[in-house]
Parts: sequence; structure tokens; C-alpha cells
Amino acid sequence: MLAAHFPALQVVLPLLMAPVCVLLRGARLAWLAALAVSWVAFAIAGLLLAEVLIGGPLSYAVGGWAPPWGIEIRLDAVNAFVALIVAAIGAIVMLYAPKSVEREIGNDRAYLFYTAYLLCLAGLLGVTITGDAFNLFVFLEISSLSSYILISLGRDRRALYAAYQYLILGTIGATLYLIGVGLLYQATGTLNLADLAQRLPALEDVRGVRVAFAFLTVGLSLKLALFPLHLWLPNAYTYAPSVVTAFLAATATKVAVYALLRFLFTVFGAEFSFTVLPMGPPLAVLAVLAMFTASIVAIFQENVKRMLAYSSIAQIGYMVLGISLVTVEGLTASILHVFNHALMKGALFLAMGCVFYRISSVHIDDFAGLAKRMPWTAAAFVGGGLSLIGVPLTAGFISKWYLVLAALERNMWPVAALIVISSLLAVIYVWRVVEQAYFRPPPADRDVREEAPLSLLIPTWILVAANVYFGVDAGLTTSAAGQAAQTLLGSAP
Amino acid sequence: MELLGLYNYWIVIFLMMSGFYIVIARGNLVKKIVGLNIFQASVFVFYISMGKVSGGTAPIVAEGVEVYSNPLPHVLILTAIVVGVATTALGLSLVVRINEAYGTIEEDELGIMGDDD
Amino acid sequence: MSPAEAIIAAVLVPLAGAVLIAISGRWPNLRETVTLVTAVILFAVVLSLVPAVAAGARPTAVLIQTLPGVPLAFEVEPLGMLFALIASGLWIVTSVYSIGYMRGNDEHNQTRFYVCFAIALSSTMGVALAGNLLTLFVFYEALTLSTYPLVTHHGDEESMKAGRTYLGILISTSIGLLLVAILWTWVIAGTLDFRSGGILSGRTDGLMTAALLALYAYGIGKAALMPLHRWLPAAMVAPTPVSALLHAVAVVKAGVFCVVKVVVYVFGIEFLSLTGASEWLMYVAAATLLIASLVAMTKDNLKARLAYSTVSQLSYVVLGAALATSWGVIGAGMHIAMHALGKITLFFCAGAIYTALHKTEISDMDGIGRQMPVTLTAFLIGALSVIGLPPMGGVWSKWYLILGAVEAHQLVFVAALMISSLLNIAYLLPLVARAFFLPPRVPIAQAAGAAAATSREPDRGIREAPILCLVPLCVTALGCIALFFYADRIYALLAQIAAP
Repeated sequence: MLAAHFPALQVVLPLLMAPVCVLLRGARLAWLAALAVSWVAFAIAGLLLAEVLIGGPLSYAVGGWAPPWGIEIRLDAVNAFVALIVAAIGAIVMLYAPKSVEREIGNDRAYLFYTAYLLCLAGLLGVTITGDAFNLFVFLEISSLSSYILISLGRDRRALYAAYQYLILGTIGATLYLIGVGLLYQATGTLNLADLAQRLPALEDVRGVRVAFAFLTVGLSLKLALFPLHLWLPNAYTYAPSVVTAFLAATATKVAVYALLRFLFTVFGAEFSFTVLPMGPPLAVLAVLAMFTASIVAIFQENVKRMLAYSSIAQIGYMVLGISLVTVEGLTASILHVFNHALMKGALFLAMGCVFYRISSVHIDDFAGLAKRMPWTAAAFVGGGLSLIGVPLTAGFISKWYLVLAALERNMWPVAALIVISSLLAVIYVWRVVEQAYFRPPPADRDVREEAPLSLLIPTWILVAANVYFGVDAGLTTSAAGQAAQTLLGSAP
Repeated sequence: MELLGLYNYWIVIFLMMSGFYIVIARGNLVKKIVGLNIFQASVFVFYISMGKVSGGTAPIVAEGVEVYSNPLPHVLILTAIVVGVATTALGLSLVVRINEAYGTIEEDELGIMGDDD
Repeated sequence: MSPAEAIIAAVLVPLAGAVLIAISGRWPNLRETVTLVTAVILFAVVLSLVPAVAAGARPTAVLIQTLPGVPLAFEVEPLGMLFALIASGLWIVTSVYSIGYMRGNDEHNQTRFYVCFAIALSSTMGVALAGNLLTLFVFYEALTLSTYPLVTHHGDEESMKAGRTYLGILISTSIGLLLVAILWTWVIAGTLDFRSGGILSGRTDGLMTAALLALYAYGIGKAALMPLHRWLPAAMVAPTPVSALLHAVAVVKAGVFCVVKVVVYVFGIEFLSLTGASEWLMYVAAATLLIASLVAMTKDNLKARLAYSTVSQLSYVVLGAALATSWGVIGAGMHIAMHALGKITLFFCAGAIYTALHKTEISDMDGIGRQMPVTLTAFLIGALSVIGLPPMGGVWSKWYLILGAVEAHQLVFVAALMISSLLNIAYLLPLVARAFFLPPRVPIAQAAGAAAATSREPDRGIREAPILCLVPLCVTALGCIALFFYADRIYALLAQIAAP
């Protein structure tokens, strides 16, 4: 039965295909291989999510070694959903890749890009579906190492330094995580996440467990770029090739958010994380700071990609804020925003790629008259931007709705107010670009229509359309996210 | 005496802090990587010492031996060491590329990151 | 067509029209035909709903299940019916007018203009027929966004600035206050559906009700309550047909309509008057209507003066709602209709004067009544209606508003309404007087004439705007008079909500 091995295949396929890409060499062949793997992974993720939502959690013993001794792959409503997000973005980004890679990386090095991309995909999916704390570290490092490579592929020499900075901070984060896992192992004698969850409640007062908690939280916060541990993110996103930025912005930090959720809620349990240790207020404060400082910094950016990168930091603040509320609604909002933010940032960064493809710049001054030169790209940016602001009938509205609702239900008035105020800051920075694109005349020598090729536009618009679709009909996403939230809080079977 | 009895932790903490300090304080990109290595090594030591059971021998099944050290942390750390080597290799190769692109690996002289294009 | 289908059609017809307009953009005649046909169909669709609603039925339709428990759904009730009827009816007239205006002034980007116009109408229908607060909010935002390109139509620095003010105030109030208010309502009441008697009724205490009401009143920035009225005068940089339909009818009326709807169906009139939570709103509304009238007197630019007049008139509606008496609500609903016709006539006239004579400042308009007698007569009728003198429709809404104030034992607001009427006379009628009784100022007239098509016709002769501009403004002026005689129909419709 092939279907029985789907959970493992999802990771194994990209992992195996990566070296094949190196051997294939040709840009086109490598692309086809990566494309095929991405779509297969997407299909598998979809099937698995459907299975989990209907039939409950799935467990798969890697290599036939039964958990808790062997490595377990464990899928429940939470990670099946996150895996689907990662795989979906991967599949769409791969559609987009060939032209953009040719332009920004060069066909001679394209196979290296596809190799690193596949490794990254394997790592991210691995982090998502694994049920083993140490295995999670390994996959985290696979994805991180490959993302350093991906970032360093940028044309600008600053990409190298950005990748280096990310490497240093990313490794520190991963190492902190490793210490935390070691301490947990010392206290409990197991690495299996479900097993840990069972044994930890008895060990609440052991100092090692508390220290482990601290190390894990800080390590993962570095990976997910929680303010003020976000310093690696803006440069990395700004100078990486557009495809890479789109892929990483939509997946990498999301997966880290997932890992944090997993540890806070499943492994340590909401009781320990938020009642025994008061994690709620500090997380909420950091989240709010992220929402405001990053949004305000974003307003003053001249480089649009960097602006979007800062906006990502702010949006991560929303996700963490939802976590810090520790209610089903709050978690639903967080998980929904993980999904919706992947859609909107994916769309926006892909639109950036289209702009860069034609104009070779993402500086805001060069956006003048973009609406005349590249009407479809400009419209896609507006679509993604509206979703980022949280205008009704876009995906962003749905997550904002749930987040404010969650804050109100906890009677946290000021928080609700801060959420809406900070989302108004998004209006300012998005509209700066829109005004530039629609009201400034294009430079005299470039006053021609030069729309990006269809192979770039179609994936971009798929994501824009997804933003609208999931904003109009949110039944699917809200029920999946709601179920995931209930799983995390342990109130569902 | 209790404090000294946990001497392995003191070593770990000392290594970790010195590694961390080097990463933060040094401006030379290669030295930063060295610091990162020391930082990681501290964790390796931590894992290895954790697996040791006092009085236990190497975990090989043999006649007359009842107490073994725990092999699992050692196995784990092998993997972590591999990851560490990969990180170092990638970091160093990035430094080489940075040197080619900028002609320097001193952070102060690279101080152009903030400016916009 | 069943009522449910008619409701969906009311929202979708203008959208389909927008697509067709975009496709036919290359052939102006075809494009304009599409606009007109869409407008007529829409009006017919809306009209088909009237008998059922008048008979007391409340047709509903669900568009799509957006969030669990809160679908995008519609429910037609008398207030929304009236608003939909006015907006769709006046769209036909405005379409005719805009064809004349846009061609007469040779505006650019006409296709985008008509497309956005149609989308804005679709959003207005959504607002009018919304069956719950989420739907209302969704279409409210859609209306803001679809009118943004219309406000900034000229694309120059000034309109960009106006666009910023427009979008800034409307989006920030709606997301910052209205959305919070809606979510709060959801937390308290567990539903967002509009129900007569109010969903919040009895669930909140006095202070909380007042706070919620404040969130709603200021969250609905389109109601232009001071000090959030800045966007309205700013939006006057738009071409006149936009000002006419959107900023005298659709957008601003959507705002006050939302306020009335929230008062009636979310809070409940009785609940509000019981708790007295809306008393502060009466004072704010009264202050707005007086201050705006005073500001209007200082404006020389005709459109700016009309804009402030609109700010003031909107507060009549808010005041009517805040009084929380059945007469007050009837007056508020009626004023939406009466003011719509009166103000659109005035804007049409302003546009006609600009098209024919290229004059925007009132001080330049001495003696133009001799050149444009029809336009200025229509202006007089519209002005009388806005002031509230018989035999114009405007008299009825003021009548009921004053009755409402008496019913609520708030005599101070009776005085406010009276003073405001006097102020209306003071800022609207001087133009008519200047136009008809003062001799034209020759030098200025010549200068203005030179800027326009240089002396194609003699200055003293009749120089009315193109016929396509002229007919609509006559129609709406006649409408003002007609409403005086047919106000009983509106009353019958609105009496349903006021007397449960």
C-alpha cells in the first residue's frame, strides 16, 4: 500500500530528488523534477489533511520502529494544515520559478537553486510532520542550511552578507533549541513529543524542565523572527532572489510558529506554559511591540521588498498575539493567520518578482507609473495589499476578525484596540506604493506597456485569487484552523 | 561540594558563554564562525556528559556488566556534529564569497548593509 | 423573478454591468448604452421588490456562507428598500448627466469612471439590502474602495491629497471603530442579524450602550459627523457627477442609512430612549448641523458650500435617529430621500454651470441666471427643498424631525432645527438672488469666457449646459416637487419600522 507511506513520502521524495537535481544539471530538467515533486507533495498533503480532519490523528513509524523508540511521524489537525500550506506555496512558487530564476539567478546555477529548494521543502515539511523533538532539530537545520544557500543566490552582493548573518543567528537559535531538547531528555528520558507531553506534567517543578522551556522558546522565537529577535529577517528577505523571498516568507517563519505552538501547547501544555509560567503577558507585549515598531519602520522604507519584510515581522506579531491569548479563538486566529499571511505575502512577493523581472529594481521611486507599464502586476499588488490591510472579502480580514474577536472575548479591550490601530499602519505603507504606481507618471523613456510574462503572472494571480476566495468563503479554513486550535488545547478527540 | 559535583555543567556554561561572546564581539567573520563552533561544542559536551552513567561502561553487551552509559545522547550528538560541520562549511564558504565580493571580511568595513539601493 | 433572486440580482446586475462596460470601453457609444441599460434594469429589479416589502414581507437571500454563523446575507426592510430605490433611481438620471458632463468636459479615463461607478452602485445595493452587520460592513468597505478611483479621477496632486484624506478617514474609522463595534456586538449578542427591536436591547447597561453607540456613530465615517467630516469636502475634487450621486446620495447616505439602521435594528429605538444612551449623540449631531451650516456660509466655491451643506444635512438624519422616537426615525428615513433629491439637483446645477460657463466661485456668478435660466430655476427648487419650504418634499422630513424632537421632549433640538433652516436660507438663496438680480460683472465674465470656448456665442445670450446635463437636473427638480405630494407613500413604508 503506497497510501500508507504517504506521511513519509512527503519528506522523502523531495529529499531524494534533491541530489538527482544536481545530477540532472540542466535548468529545465531540474525544474521539471522540482515541479513534479512539489505538486506530488501538495497532493499528498491535501489527502493527508482530509484524512486527518475526518479520521483523527495519524501515526507513522519511520522504518518500522515503533514509537517512542523509533522516530514517529504524527499528523493531527495542526500540522497537517501547516504541511498543506507549505506544500501549496511550494507548488505555486515552482510554477513561477523558471523565468524568475533565469533572470535573477542565471540558468547556469539554476540546478543548484532547485536542489537547495527541494532540500528546504523537505526540511520544512519534516519539521511540520515529525513527532520527535530531536528529529525536528535535524529537519529545522536542513531547512535552515538550505535557506542560507537560497538567500545567498541573490544577485546583489549584499545577499551574501545577509545569508551570513542569518546563518549565525539561525544557528544560535537552533543550538538553543538543541539545549532545550537535551534538558528535556535528561528530565524525562524520551524524545517523542507525545511521550514528552505525557511525562512532563509530573515534572512541572523540576528546574531543568523550566530551563528547557526557556531555551526552546527563545530558540524558536529566533527562528520565527519574533521581535526583538527579528534582526536577520529584513536583509535576508530584501536581498534574496524574489522566488526565494516569496517561498521563505510564506513558509519558513510559519513552520517555526508551528513548532512554537507544538511545544507551548502539546508538549508543555497550556497549563504549564501559561498558568505555571506566565508566558502570556510577555508574549503579548512582544507581539504588540512587533506589530507597531515593525509597521512603523515599514512605513519609512524606500525598498519595497524591505518594506514587506518589516511588514512580515509585524504580521508575525499578530500570530504570536493570538497564541498569547490561550483561547480556542485566539489560537484559531493565529493558525488562520499563518495560512492567510502565507497567501498574502506569497502574492505580494511574487508581484515584487514580476516588477523586478521588468524593471530590475524594487525601489519605491521606480514604481512610478507602474499601473500603466504593468497593469496586471500593479493590480496584483493592490489585491495582496488589501488583504494585508484586512479589507473585507480578503483572507486578511478573516484572520483579523478572529483575532479581534478573541481579544474581546478575553475582555482585553486595549489589545483589541491595538490590533485595529496597527492594521491601519498597514494602510499607510501599502498605499504609499499604490499611489506611486497609480498616480506618478512613468519616466518618460519607459512609458510603454511591458507586462511581466504570463508564467510569472499566473502564479501571482493564483495567490491573489486565493486571497479573495478564502476571504469570501472562509468555511474551509476556519473549520480546519478551529479544529487545529481545539487539538492544541486538548479539547478535541 | 554539590556545585563542584556538577562540574560538567560549569564547563558547558563556560564554553557556551565564551563562544557566544566571540560571536557577538568579534568583527571578523571567520572568528565569528569559530565562536559559533565553540558555542555548538558546548552543547555537544552537554549531551555527551549527560549520557554518562556513573560506574557504567560503554554500551556494549558483555558478560558480567550490568550498568551501561546511555548511548542515545551520543548517537544524537553525532547527528548534531554533522549538522555543525555542515553549518561551518557553509558559513566558511559564504565568508570566501563575501571576501571575493567585498575584498574584506571585517564587519566594520562591510558596514554598508543598512543603506538602501 | 422571486424576491430572493431579485435581491441577488440587485447586487450582481451593476457588477455585470461593470464588466460589460470594461469590455466595451473602446466604443464610447456602446459603453454608455450599457451603463444606461444596466441602470434601468437595476431600477426595475429594485422596483419589483417594492410591493412585497410594502405589504409587510421581508424577503431574504443568502449569498454565501462566509464565516461560521455569519453569512453574507440580505434582508429587505423598508428603510433599505427606500434607500435602494433612491440610489438605483438616481443612478439612471446621473448616468445621463455624466454622459453629458464627461463628454462636455472631455474628461480622460472615462471607462474607468463608468466601471467604478457601477461597482460603487453594486456596493450601495449591498449596503441597502444587507441582512446582517457583516454584510453591511463588507459592502460599506467595498463602497469606500470603489469610489476612491472616482474621487482621485483627475490624478493630479490635489486629488491625490483628497484621496488620501478620503481613504484615510473612511478606512481608519471603519476598521478602527466600526469593526470593533461589530465584533463587540457579536460578543454581547451572539448574532449580527438585524432584528426589529434590536439585538442589543436589554443586554447592555447605559454606559456600555453609549460607548457602543459612539463606536458605531464615529465608525460609520461616511455619516460625516464632526470632527470626522473632513473627507467630504475633500472628496469634492471629484468630477461633479461623482459628487452628485456618490457624495450627495450613495456614499453619504449609505453612512447615515447605516446609522439609522444600527439604531433601529441593533440597539432598538425603545431600548435607546429607555437608557438615554443616545443623548450625547443628539448634541453632537445638533452641533454638527449648526457648525457645518455656518462653515458653508463662508465658502465661496459652490461645490465646497454644497459639501458643507451636505455635512449639515446628514446630521439631521443622525439627529433623527439619535432622538430614538418613532417620529424621529421616520423623519430620518424620509430625510434620506428628500435630501437626496434636493442635493443631487443642486450638484447637477453646479456641474452644469461649470460645464457651460466654467465657473466655480459663487462671487463670479452674478447674473448667470440670464444665461442659464433653466438651471438656476432648478437650483432654486432644489434649494427650497433642502431648506424645507413647501411645496417641496423637504418640508415633510423636517416636519417629522421636529415632531420627533417634540416627542422626545428635547425642545432645544426643535430650536436647533429651526435655526439651521434659517442658515440654510442664508447660504443657498444668495446665489439664486445674485444670479437673477445682479447684473453680470463684465470683466470677470469676459475673463472666464476667454478661458472657456472663446465667445462662440454672445455673452448675454442663453448658454445652457448640454441637453444631457439639463434634462436630468429638471427631472430631479420636478422630483423634489413630486415628493411633496407623494410623501404619504414613503410615510406608509417607513411607518412599518417605527411602529412595531
